[in-house]
Amino acid sequence: MNTLHSLDKKIINGLQGGFPLCEHPWEELSRQLDIPADEIIARIDRLMKDGYISRFGPMYNAEKLGGGLTLAAMKVPASRFDEITELVNAFDEVAHNYQRDHILNMWFVIATEKPEQINQVICKIEKQSGLLVYNMPKKEEYFLGLKFEV
Amino acid sequence: MMQAPSPQHRLYTPDHIDREIIRLTQQGLPLVREPYAAIAAQLNISTSQVIERLQAMTDCGIIRRSGIVPNHYKLGFTANGMSVWNIPDAHINEIGMMVGALEFVSHCYQRPRFLPEWPYNLFAMVHGRSKEEVRDKVTVIAGMLGENNCGHSVLFSTRILKKTGLRIV
Repeated sequence: MNTLHSLDKKIINGLQGGFPLCEHPWEELSRQLDIPADEIIARIDRLMKDGYISRFGPMYNAEKLGGGLTLAAMKVPASRFDEITELVNAFDEVAHNYQRDHILNMWFVIATEKPEQINQVICKIEKQSGLLVYNMPKKEEYFLGLKFEV
Repeated sequence: MMQAPSPQHRLYTPDHIDREIIRLTQQGLPLVREPYAAIAAQLNISTSQVIERLQAMTDCGIIRRSGIVPNHYKLGFTANGMSVWNIPDAHINEIGMMVGALEFVSHCYQRPRFLPEWPYNLFAMVHGRSKEEVRDKVTVIAGMLGENNCGHSVLFSTRILKKTGLRIV
């Protein structure tokens, strides 16, 4: 990260807050950051190619579009870990799955087209594995936007 | 800036044109001089229609925000710990907003407890350049919470077992 130019840092910090929603967004951003529009575009292009920026554009909230989403955890015995990993990962609805250093050692995100399908997936995993799935859907979100000052 | 945990978003049901806009932008905006005009051209609608619809979807919370998502691994934040906290229900929203506002916390959610073995109702993903730095930051949070912290833990990921992108339409 030490190789980042000060303008790159300014762009990364400035753009986490929001990309203008108007006819000429780069011109607006250019005024905000005091960097020429073409230079901002070129630098973002480079930062994306180099992997410093993983995404540029709107971030959608899947639940607002009618989908189901939850975080689930399981206590998987060490001797069955690989078997259960395979079983859980086989579900298309399981988007992410992480091993964590806790007695609840498997944590995965389930995303479905319809909210009621979450329970169906959980029931199937419980039935196939014989293990309990701890369903921890979010009750409230404390989302505050700008992060990772570089 | 800080946003209330349950903003009173206007109700808005996306129609088929909105869904087309979502489909075209869920992987990102085109990096061109007039990105909204480029979307409009693909859908054969006006640029102002694209902007109005993106604005409406932002106002109702379908779009959380628009901008860049930095790759925190590449930026040197290679350690992340899922910190979990047992917070009195009476103070959970106030504490959640305080923790969510910290610059080193990327996701902050209230989730159900599973008593007695899982007493934690607040989850905050803490990022740092090392596990030690993450633990130090968790200590900072604990100090901030004082007596509102009825117990906490931090879970580090030891292996990624699966990671696929979420496609929403």
